[in-house]
Amino acid sequence: MLTLSHISKTFNPGTVNEKTAIEDLSLHLDKGEFVTIIGANGAGKSTLFNAIAGSFYADTGSIVLDGEDITFLPEYKRAREIGRLFQDPMRGSAPGMTIEENMALAAGSGGWLSHITKEDKARFRDRLALLNMGLEDRMRQPVGLLSGGQRQALTLMMATMVEPKLLLLDEHTAALDPATADKVLELTEKIVREGNLTCLMITHNMSSALALGTRTLMMDAGHIIYDVGGPEREGLTVDDLLERFKAGVGKALDNDRMLLS
Amino acid sequence: MSISTILSLTQTALELGLLCSLTVLALFLSYSMLNVCDLSTDGCFTLGAAVGAMVAVAGHPWLSIPAAMAAGVVSGFITALLQTRMGVESLLAGIIVNTGLYSINIAVMGNSSLVNMNKTETVFTMVKDALSGTFLSGQYKLVVALIAVALVVAFLSVFLRTRLGLAIRATGNNPDMVRSSSINPVFTTTVGLCVANAFTGLSGCLLAQSQKSVNIDIGSGMVTIALASLLIGGTFMGKGGVTLRAIGVVLGSFIFRLVYTIALRFNMPASMLKLVSSVIVIIAIAGPYFKTQWPMLKRRLEHRPQKAGRGEK
Repeated sequence: MLTLSHISKTFNPGTVNEKTAIEDLSLHLDKGEFVTIIGANGAGKSTLFNAIAGSFYADTGSIVLDGEDITFLPEYKRAREIGRLFQDPMRGSAPGMTIEENMALAAGSGGWLSHITKEDKARFRDRLALLNMGLEDRMRQPVGLLSGGQRQALTLMMATMVEPKLLLLDEHTAALDPATADKVLELTEKIVREGNLTCLMITHNMSSALALGTRTLMMDAGHIIYDVGGPEREGLTVDDLLERFKAGVGKALDNDRMLLS
Repeated sequence: MSISTILSLTQTALELGLLCSLTVLALFLSYSMLNVCDLSTDGCFTLGAAVGAMVAVAGHPWLSIPAAMAAGVVSGFITALLQTRMGVESLLAGIIVNTGLYSINIAVMGNSSLVNMNKTETVFTMVKDALSGTFLSGQYKLVVALIAVALVVAFLSVFLRTRLGLAIRATGNNPDMVRSSSINPVFTTTVGLCVANAFTGLSGCLLAQSQKSVNIDIGSGMVTIALASLLIGGTFMGKGGVTLRAIGVVLGSFIFRLVYTIALRFNMPASMLKLVSSVIVIIAIAGPYFKTQWPMLKRRLEHRPQKAGRGEK
């Protein structure tokens, strides 16, 4: 489904602030794989997502999504195939527009001059009802009135309304309170499982990194230092992961730098 | 003040307010929806007036309307091109286009800064002829203005609900969201500015024809006048659907003209119009800001510094 070959990205090349965020990174995902990614701040996780989503073009290498080379496809064109959620729940929806209008934009059905039809509204209602948050009765209210958790759940709905080929989740529950975060994670798992979506999820929570998904990647300094899936992952514990991290990086774990739980 | 004076004042305000409300509706699209402060408005207004006048003088009064709107579209397209494709700051793009338009407007008007339409057949004279004999014959200006405003409001309320309209609103409302979505902000910004400037051009064209002359300064200060009207309108119908807000904006334009017309009656010199509009914009923007600051300011003024905490000597 997704193949990255020898991707690198260096910021501010040729200056004192030069920083190689990812270096010669290759990765292949099969359809339906749900991959969790862990790693310290600055390991290159978000840069990897930005490269895949097209926020910038990679310096080297190529990206192929579902047989199509998207290395130099602009971000808005990739967004038709790639759904993306950010840590900030305010980032994924327009606060001044109603829930209905936000969903109409995400649904993207019809031409530029099409209006929201009755069928659309019924479809949006059904989708919102799945969230179990009562949003289906507030479709004409501005999104700005929703709480962070509700907005993130709505964004998740919007990102998956047209089934994406790839779903990128960038710590999408980190800004929510624990109960809401659990609920959104639960929803995420349900939506990904039911749609058999291919998904990459960054998390700082080691236990959910192991509990969710089918495969786990560990990143450090722009490299994937550990890639585990299948039976080997089944028996893995958080302590094992920490051990692996030490072995992969080749230095003692600095808890201030690697804020993992 | 007699009843007839009040009526005639109201009528003048209504005519001017409606004709200028087309520019206010243009800013409603570009400023309120797309969140772009289009400073090329002044030049574009004059461009519409100049192009419309020249086409009318050449003997095509009806053609003057699409011609003025097309000129507005071109101007809006260049403003959009500068800010989306050439890395020019949004505000600067408007200022640059505005400056360039000055020369273009002079050229359009045949290297003159004044075009007279006293004996020209215009949209207004044609409507006047068509209405002669009916009870509306004296109100031809109002009729033309009303039709134009109704059409533009109707267009906007449909357009802003289409998928393209929603995309334009999202671009202004949450640029972060749009940047990582399948909406191309270059496209939505360009379409939004082209449509908005078409209305600005139309507004200039109609105002010039109703006054039977174009002066190179006809559009100067228009952006501030329109912003003042927009903000006044927002205080009436700031919330609600787009149709209601668009109507509120037209109302704002009328109220602004009414206040101004009344002020003129009390011997305020005509040259004060621009100062008045500046002050209104300042009040409309600074007022809500001070309102949010006031409670904390009050608390700070009433706060008495404590000499010592509890338990201290």
